[in-house]
Amino acid sequence: MTQLMNENGIRCDGRRVDQLRNISIKVGVLKNADGSAYIEFGKNKILAGVFGPRDVHPKHMANQDSGILRCRYHMSPFSVTERKNPAPSRREIEISKVIKEALLPAVILKDFPRTVVDVFIEVLQADGGTRCAALDAASIALADAGIPMRDLVSACAAGKVADQIVLDINNEEDQEGQADMPIAYMPNLGKITLMQLDGILSPSEYQKCVQTGINGCKLVYEMQRKALMDKYFTNETQ
Amino acid sequence: MMETKRRYVIPGDVITSGPFRPEQNVYQEGDRIISTSVGISEIFDNAVRVIPLTGIYMPKTNDLIIGKVIGHSSLSWEFDINSCFVGFLPAQDVFGRDYSPTKDELKERLDKGDLVAARVANFDRSRDPLLTVQDRDLGKIESGELIEISPSKVPRLIGKRGSMIQTIEMATKAMITIGQNGWIVVSSEDPDGLLKAIEAIRMVDAQAHMPNLTERVKSMLGVELGDNNDTINE
Repeated sequence: MTQLMNENGIRCDGRRVDQLRNISIKVGVLKNADGSAYIEFGKNKILAGVFGPRDVHPKHMANQDSGILRCRYHMSPFSVTERKNPAPSRREIEISKVIKEALLPAVILKDFPRTVVDVFIEVLQADGGTRCAALDAASIALADAGIPMRDLVSACAAGKVADQIVLDINNEEDQEGQADMPIAYMPNLGKITLMQLDGILSPSEYQKCVQTGINGCKLVYEMQRKALMDKYFTNETQ
Repeated sequence: MMETKRRYVIPGDVITSGPFRPEQNVYQEGDRIISTSVGISEIFDNAVRVIPLTGIYMPKTNDLIIGKVIGHSSLSWEFDINSCFVGFLPAQDVFGRDYSPTKDELKERLDKGDLVAARVANFDRSRDPLLTVQDRDLGKIESGELIEISPSKVPRLIGKRGSMIQTIEMATKAMITIGQNGWIVVSSEDPDGLLKAIEAIRMVDAQAHMPNLTERVKSMLGVELGDNNDTINE
């Protein structure tokens, strides 16, 4: 087993316990999608594209009262060390569902009856915490597509590694650590839209883990905000 | 007149709090007024709204739009109107009251791919938008160049009381028909004027959020500056 944390409290990839991986976000990278975003979250590389609102096919899925949201999370065959079968796995179907449910409280689809907003997420390279990074990219892509939103969704994982609560679990920590808790959060409304927990935490650890995760989300939000501002307001002369 | 306060916002940004009236692209949460789109927020006359910089076209009654015929049934045409909804033009609107599906052939008037300037006669959330061509200057567009811009930037292209579009039309001698859905038809006798006009429209699309846009377009078109008094509030 690799040593996950040294005696100075430095983690296996050289980060402190409350430090995020390096994040870079680009908005509007795909010409053919209505909205798109590309995120590099440490070694994760994820592309998100949004279409819509547009006609629903198959027609029976349409809702007369409101628009619907569909989400597809997919990992490329080359995203992991062993070739991944490109057919949707059990895990991908589940992540598609939780991402959809995490975005749903943020988007306002009341004004688009009988239409659908499609979110496509492609993981090009995976290194732990892809669902959070995918959510970050998807929410920016939705904003880029001009879908009305109550707030952006920022996501980040926290967890327990070597008996300590740490922020932003990477792949090794996910495999060998004690707990992993992905959290998605709407920073301006202060509401959590996704929370999962894999592992065992005591009540006090749980409290601390949620708080750490939320703090991480707030840091991610600043990056998302900057990326959107850069796309829309850079060639500004004021 | 109250001063208009402008700011760049993204979804979730709190624009202001207090007794304001929420208008387009904002919503109220407690006493806070929050943006739902990427755009420029405006507080004017106790009303708060956001002018979006992205997004699709939502039909509004009385909008002039440009549509492309995508097909027809025996009673109506269907139009692509650059929106998430399909526009309907009833056959009676073109043939008149005595239209009969056995006698009249819809294809002879409007065929697939034809461009039409139309007005939205009726639209609500329970039905697809109903179009009409019963007005001056509406109907089939015979010639011209179709340009697509982002629908959210159409107001900028028209400008305050039509200042921007007049500037472009005057400088290039081109005829410009603007659809609120972001589709624009430019026609001109003079090919150079046509190209100039298209370039100007593209420039407005790219720089819609910049201040003094009319001045910039003027200098691009080579019109002398300063003879315009429509830019007080820009």
